[in-house]
Amino acid sequence: MALLSASEWEILVLSLKVSAVAIGASLPVAFAFAWVLARWRFPGKVLLDALVHLPLVLPPVVTGWLLLLAFATDAPLGRFLNNTLGLTFLFRWTGAALAAAVMALPLMVRAMRLSIENVDPRLEQAARTLGAGRWRTFTAITLPLCANGIFAALVLGFARSIGEFGATITFASNIPGETQTLPLAIYSALQVPGAEGQVTRLAVLSVLLSLGALVLSEWLVRRSGQDKGRHVV
Amino acid sequence: MSFDVTLTLTRGARQLAYAFTAGPGLTALFGPSGAGKTSLLDAVAGLLRPAAGRIVVNGQTLFDSGARIDLRPEQRACGYVFQDLRLFPHRTVEQNLRFGAKRAHGADTALGWEHVLELLGIERLLDRMPATLSGGEAQRVAIGRALLSGPRFLLLDEPLASVDAARREEILRLIERIRDELALPILYVSHDRAEVEQLAHTIVPVG
Repeated sequence: MALLSASEWEILVLSLKVSAVAIGASLPVAFAFAWVLARWRFPGKVLLDALVHLPLVLPPVVTGWLLLLAFATDAPLGRFLNNTLGLTFLFRWTGAALAAAVMALPLMVRAMRLSIENVDPRLEQAARTLGAGRWRTFTAITLPLCANGIFAALVLGFARSIGEFGATITFASNIPGETQTLPLAIYSALQVPGAEGQVTRLAVLSVLLSLGALVLSEWLVRRSGQDKGRHVV
Repeated sequence: MSFDVTLTLTRGARQLAYAFTAGPGLTALFGPSGAGKTSLLDAVAGLLRPAAGRIVVNGQTLFDSGARIDLRPEQRACGYVFQDLRLFPHRTVEQNLRFGAKRAHGADTALGWEHVLELLGIERLLDRMPATLSGGEAQRVAIGRALLSGPRFLLLDEPLASVDAARREEILRLIERIRDELALPILYVSHDRAEVEQLAHTIVPVG
């Protein structure tokens, strides 16, 4: 398509890849946190809650710096991941995905936690008395009843990831073709005299992606509402 | 003995103790609200763990603190009709009714689909969502769901409480039919003396 240059396409594809991997990776983690926060009671829960929410309130630059401390190749965690899984994050697109995942996590946990809290445990008890074990109860009752929260979490997480800037530039740097996602590319183009056209095109792209995510989420929520009952009032 | 129950439950600061045996047919647990009747049903269903005691139904030990037996709810094969019904809101009436079919399949106590639908008069409700049902209809679907799950015994918690006066007689007749036509032991909770005297073979005062 002539609307976008080759390098702009590359930026778009990279952004989508980074966000998709970030959301895919944080979904199970976020669900686990949401489940623990919604259903378990234990001492220190307030602390866990605060820790999960930290990326939401910290300056993103600080989050990026903390990631740098934890995942640098000479840091214990970074070295461990490099040695066992061959995963490196610094100056790699995987680093951009990790930063986006961490920044999206609190929003995803919040959305899913609310929806899990709204599932009536008495319905799960009923399923158990009807012969369903824990797993079938979870997949047939709990999961469908909090599906809307999971959709909402995916969309929120995607929107947050696609717009991630501070933690990404601090942790994974701003390397064209590797870690330069849409917001980073817009920032770079703003530094270059005469690149207003590119800034505009990339900004429009950002708006379209965010709008698309919103419309998709509305559609998903409506569709699941229709499936579940012509009765929804 | 259909039911042989001796147990203590801890509810907050209170200790509740129960002991009764009952023969076949319908056994009513009768007592004022707040006496712990529902807690007792929950314990029999495996939803509430007793502090100590023993629960034997139809010769099968469901719980025995001494012998460290504690069957999971899904292993107890009880058809529990909750006072608040607990129909699954995201599933149609038919999907609700078929939810327990897996366990019913192969159970020697399994009741036939048509038989239960005809007994309860719910053939025309199959495509509806639970939220669109009237109180009496939802009550019959909840009973149907329990009957179709291959239960070895039934637990009915105040099945007439959420039904208006006009539907009361109808549900009462229905419970009599279930009691007489199906050879299932029934544990029935109520605070209404007249209802209990009309239905029960054995009356167990609680509280």
